[in-house]
Amino acid sequence: MTKLLAPAKSKVLFLGNEAIARGALEAGVAVASAYPGTPSSEILESLSGIAGERNLYVEWSVNEKVAVEVAAAASFSGLRALVAMKQNGVNVASDFLLHLTASGTRGGLVLVSCEDPGALSSVNEGESRYFARMLEMPLLEPADFQEAKDLTKWAFALSETIGNVVMLRSVTRMSHASGNVICGKLPNRKPRANFEYGGPVMDSQTGPMISTPVVAKHLLIRQKLKTVEALFEKSPFNRYAGPARPELLIITSSACFLYATEAVGLLGLQDRVGILKLATTWPLPPRLVTKHLQSANRVLFVEEVMSFLEENVKVLAAGRPEQMRGKTFFGKYDGTLPAAGELNPDIVAGALEKIFKVRRKRLPAAYAAAVQKAGALIPPREQTFCAGCPHRASFWNIANAIALDGRRGFVCGDIGCYSMAALTPANGYHTMPTLHSMGSGTGLAGGFSQLGRFGFDKPILTVCGDSTFYHAVIPALINAQHHRADITFIVLDNAGTAMTGFQPHPGLEVSALGETVPAVEIAAICSAIGAKVAIADPFDLENTGKILTAFLREKGPVKVLILRQACALSPQKKGKKTFEVEVNEDLCLGDACGCNRLCTRIFRCPALTWDRKKKKAVVDRVVCAGCGVCAAICPQKAIIKKQGTA
Amino acid sequence: MKAKTPKVTQNLILTGVGGQGNVMASRTLAGMLVDAGYVVTIGETFGMSQRGGSVMSHLRISPDAVKSPQIPQGGADVVVALEPLEALRVLTVYGNPGTSLLTNARPVYPIGVITGERDYPSDEALREAFDALTQHYWLIDATSVGLELGNPVLSNIVMIGALAKTGLLPFDRKMFEKEIRKTLSADKRALNLRAFDAGAEMI
Repeated sequence: MTKLLAPAKSKVLFLGNEAIARGALEAGVAVASAYPGTPSSEILESLSGIAGERNLYVEWSVNEKVAVEVAAAASFSGLRALVAMKQNGVNVASDFLLHLTASGTRGGLVLVSCEDPGALSSVNEGESRYFARMLEMPLLEPADFQEAKDLTKWAFALSETIGNVVMLRSVTRMSHASGNVICGKLPNRKPRANFEYGGPVMDSQTGPMISTPVVAKHLLIRQKLKTVEALFEKSPFNRYAGPARPELLIITSSACFLYATEAVGLLGLQDRVGILKLATTWPLPPRLVTKHLQSANRVLFVEEVMSFLEENVKVLAAGRPEQMRGKTFFGKYDGTLPAAGELNPDIVAGALEKIFKVRRKRLPAAYAAAVQKAGALIPPREQTFCAGCPHRASFWNIANAIALDGRRGFVCGDIGCYSMAALTPANGYHTMPTLHSMGSGTGLAGGFSQLGRFGFDKPILTVCGDSTFYHAVIPALINAQHHRADITFIVLDNAGTAMTGFQPHPGLEVSALGETVPAVEIAAICSAIGAKVAIADPFDLENTGKILTAFLREKGPVKVLILRQACALSPQKKGKKTFEVEVNEDLCLGDACGCNRLCTRIFRCPALTWDRKKKKAVVDRVVCAGCGVCAAICPQKAIIKKQGTA
Repeated sequence: MKAKTPKVTQNLILTGVGGQGNVMASRTLAGMLVDAGYVVTIGETFGMSQRGGSVMSHLRISPDAVKSPQIPQGGADVVVALEPLEALRVLTVYGNPGTSLLTNARPVYPIGVITGERDYPSDEALREAFDALTQHYWLIDATSVGLELGNPVLSNIVMIGALAKTGLLPFDRKMFEKEIRKTLSADKRALNLRAFDAGAEMI
């Protein structure tokens, strides 16, 4: 039996995301939807694993907005539903959410946003807590794994109490961290779906689910938030630890609570510093916060990304000037904590050192000197395409076609593992000078292509992954075709949402429930809008190069090249080598070859290394995935591939 | 060897290069320790960071409380490394004079080393640095054992077997066997036990 369904009272090691999934199960969730995105993906993934057993409907939706719509339909029908996404997914969903908070909800509806302070696996440091305030929905933030489960469960009840969607915010260090959780009971409910809509327009249980009349519905949202405030005042998830009158009050939430606790311990300040850990961060419970503000003259806000707590507490304080006289606030505004990037216990300890003018115990000087000496020996280890990655071959083809064309064409980038083509040093042969949100590569390419009348004369290419194609590219592609944008659009189709763990997408014949479903073909969609479509294998350098070269020369609207090759880490490929690859030392001319080490300096596969003694290329058989592409790039034909295990 | 029972929080960092089985190893270790009654917090990052980059799991093994998923600088009691350069990288941030290190010997070269722009530290330089930055260290060729057993990724289990033998953490073969019964199929269990035993023999 999977640990997600462990019996009540059992003690289990859960990933933060698994704890959230378990909390939803304990709340009797019936429907769950998501678009995969680090660090959120394991929530739906773990629910999809037990969907059959628990009779859930689970869906990897095409994007976050649709995911919320799918979950909302369940809520309107009286079912409990969860929807999960990464931070910038909330941006995508926000238009529907704006109207959803106005129409209200029925069955408990919980939106989980897993955010990535420091952008460990993102190209943005987005902050969705402001969406909770802007879209007027309650916000909860768990600070450990038990709380991740318990708060999720409570979020469903809260959502039903006020008839509105509740947002739960996690962060990478919570979602992708693990800890002990004591399980609660799994309910034995058989929920029935029923959507009532014939009642009066302002009747939240029987009326239509619409956002009008707008002002009346907006006032209703404000009333709901007042109810929430009152509930938050009494929430057991908000906790204070420390002396009754601390010299410094820390106000914090989420993983930052664990950093703050650790930092206070590191400096031995437990008797001087109090920590108010808030789990209910919007709307703030005013009485609770004011009470604690009055207990101390100095206040430090410990939070990541933006100064959400700091601003909202200061707004409360501004309303009570006579009680707030003589208070000093520390946080991001005064620079006590960094304005960007993720926090950790050391950064928080550094802030406390400044405030208290104390110093943490340092390492012995001799050790510090040894650290410095060793540090000079360590080369960086940059992210790069994996050995056997189809993207390396695709970008090799693209770069060569652009070079051959000679007009300094470039690629508008998009979101996926292939975004790494925009990084150094992977850019040995890459050209990806733009990188923004999902689908925006195609939108930008379309825009560049209209600039010919202003003298713009470079060929424009753009790439996207297969999952990204469905998520956000289609409108931009239609726009490009309709406006006769002369672009080469390349789909890097690696047969799944590879970066986040091979979740299925509409191009595959399998759903999150494991059922066989119709695949929606990328080629068919592109053909249907009138684009010219070709399909190739990026490992076939010759054929792919020919098509690309022809596409760059050809005038006319959208030209689509679908490059199909499964990800090297995909379940169907992992651990199997199509080819056994080795370097024939007699044929490799090493430094003497005129190629200037094309294989190791330019192609840059982590499995193709350089023997510094022999001054020749060598394949690391532990790292090599056996794609065999390098055999085709060696001008000496010194890299030999033989049929392998797959 | 009889393992010691921690009364205070033990901090372990498991490090390596994406694809070496770091996450699986940290989960396996943590699973055993949770069953043994500890409150374990694991902090790790995965996703894009695993694409050929350095990976790190922070394990906090506490008798009673959830800890920060990030260990403070200089706070590692034990470092287990699947790759020697990553061992060094971790030691320079989280090491202290009391740190013990168990590291695999086989390098995975960063791209900058492959292209020739950077140098990989020599064996002597690595040993000298490990000497200076640890109380004690073990350097074993776990990858070769994995290759002999048919799959280099088994080196992570070889390292767990070796770690058990060092007695640095409170777990043994019996607990490992119980843990993998939950997570692996029967045919894989036998192979993993062989890897575990081979690791223990190297200490």
